[in-house]
Amino acid sequence: MAKKYNAGVKEYRATYWMPEYTPKDSDILACFKVVPQPGVDREEVAAAVAAESSTGTWTTVWTDLLTDLDYYKGRAYRIEDVPGDDTSFYAFIAYPIDLFEPGSIVNVFTSLVGNVFGFKALRSIRLEDIRFSMAYLTTCDGPPHGIQVERDMMNKYGRPLLGCTIKPKLGLSAKNYGRAVYEALRGGLDFTKDDENVNSQPFMNWKQRFDFCQEAIEKAERETGERKGHYLNVTAATAEEMMKRAEYAKEIGSPIIMTDYITAGFSAHTSISRFCKQNGILLHVHRAMHGVIDRNPMHGIHFRVLAKILRLMGGDHLHSGTVVGKLEGDRTATLGWIDIMREDFVKEDRSRGIMFDQDFGYMPGMIPVASGGIHVWHMPALVNIFGDDSVLQFGGGTLGHPWGNAAGACANRVALEACVQARNEGAELEKAGGDILRKAGESSPELKVALETWKEIRFEFDTVDKLDAAHK
Amino acid sequence: MSEMQDYKSRVSDPSSRKFETFSYLPALTEAEIRKQVEYIVSKGLNPAVEHTEPENQMDNYWYMWKLPMFGETDIDAILAECKSCKDANPGNHVRLIGYDNFKQSLGASMVIYRGNTK
Repeated sequence: MAKKYNAGVKEYRATYWMPEYTPKDSDILACFKVVPQPGVDREEVAAAVAAESSTGTWTTVWTDLLTDLDYYKGRAYRIEDVPGDDTSFYAFIAYPIDLFEPGSIVNVFTSLVGNVFGFKALRSIRLEDIRFSMAYLTTCDGPPHGIQVERDMMNKYGRPLLGCTIKPKLGLSAKNYGRAVYEALRGGLDFTKDDENVNSQPFMNWKQRFDFCQEAIEKAERETGERKGHYLNVTAATAEEMMKRAEYAKEIGSPIIMTDYITAGFSAHTSISRFCKQNGILLHVHRAMHGVIDRNPMHGIHFRVLAKILRLMGGDHLHSGTVVGKLEGDRTATLGWIDIMREDFVKEDRSRGIMFDQDFGYMPGMIPVASGGIHVWHMPALVNIFGDDSVLQFGGGTLGHPWGNAAGACANRVALEACVQARNEGAELEKAGGDILRKAGESSPELKVALETWKEIRFEFDTVDKLDAAHK
Repeated sequence: MSEMQDYKSRVSDPSSRKFETFSYLPALTEAEIRKQVEYIVSKGLNPAVEHTEPENQMDNYWYMWKLPMFGETDIDAILAECKSCKDANPGNHVRLIGYDNFKQSLGASMVIYRGNTK
């Protein structure tokens, strides 16, 4: 039966609130935490979110009748209380797969976190989780290589990988910077990293940095007999320039490059990821600006969503937070998004803030990178929390060693291997960690000095973004 | 605080070479090797033994010592193979591997007998 055209404003709920709807396997599902304006009821707000993030506009238009909007519309199919908070609620929305361009996270996010985030009927809104259907997921590239391939390329097995960000992050000449890289790699690190701020500044042109770092890698490999890498940051002002730097990194034989996926933009990042896959180069991904988006518990996008979309767009490493260091991150929530990075299938688990089952299909996993404010005394906890499939990055904790980078790197490597050995022998690392490190220090003067240097440092700030849990 | 020390590592000195996991620790004792074998078995990994001349240690492919010991859970039998490989190839690095056939990777890989690097 054909509909008649009636101009005017309809309540959103009449079209977009469908509590009887059962999501289809092919739908993309989203869970938003919403705080409505006073006096607006939950069903109407949930319906408005579904409308504004899909087909709806504020008034009926005659061209609506030229298509089957009942097929294309987003559907608010469930609302739930948020544990421990009476001002907000969870709105669950299902989107039919045809709303989105295949393989384009850019397109999905332009809808899901677009205009709706400025919508006046809401005080605030946060995208808590998203479920990509298998049908949509298989249109995305996924990580260029994944964990197993990286282990084979780098010849690192049965332990976490070790890295270090070169400091001072700005101001070094390319040659002095390469020196810092060489010292850290010869001391026993697997990787060093460009700081995210290092692109191509007047004090250090990117090309010289790439050349000196590559020499550092090659000499450290000859010296130690182990494979080494340095994350050459190709992030730049234009996608063309990023591609040019990536091409040069490939030309000189760098095993790994890096981008900042949020500041560089999803499109530029995805192009680089595809380049990495085609050219056998690993891709390390930094997440500058994520704190702007994910830190406020009532507004923005949760980091578990940012991690999930990166896995679809492509990356081999992603910074995950450390749990124990100077930066933000609730332990349980962190374990949740580490699963989203690494596992083939992640089950709904409200205790970790995971709202949907997510099957990653053929997509390999990404390695979480724990970086920021950590030092050798954190090693037992890090090995226990992150397990083997991780990169542990000690910046100041390597370069700040009283005897220099090589000794600092060596101290961390000894500590890491001692912890892995003890874990394999059945030790409980977070209880016995102190004794394990002290014992390892007896045969390593570098570790012994590191243990004396950093003993007293503690980071015990309370986290701002905690999981939603019932009032205690 | 101890006096500053030089980091003794030289391209010209073969004893500066490392060989991945556990190579920054003192060489494993027989008792410690047994514990790592127990770990490999407890994780359901398939043990295997490989060896190489120290100068070829950066090659991806070391010499396999027979075939991987698929499904072997007898710790003494595994240790005996490690020993036989070492005795038959004096001066070579001998590494113990735990193949993870589900991940198509190695769950463990460590040099348990260090070759001649003098």
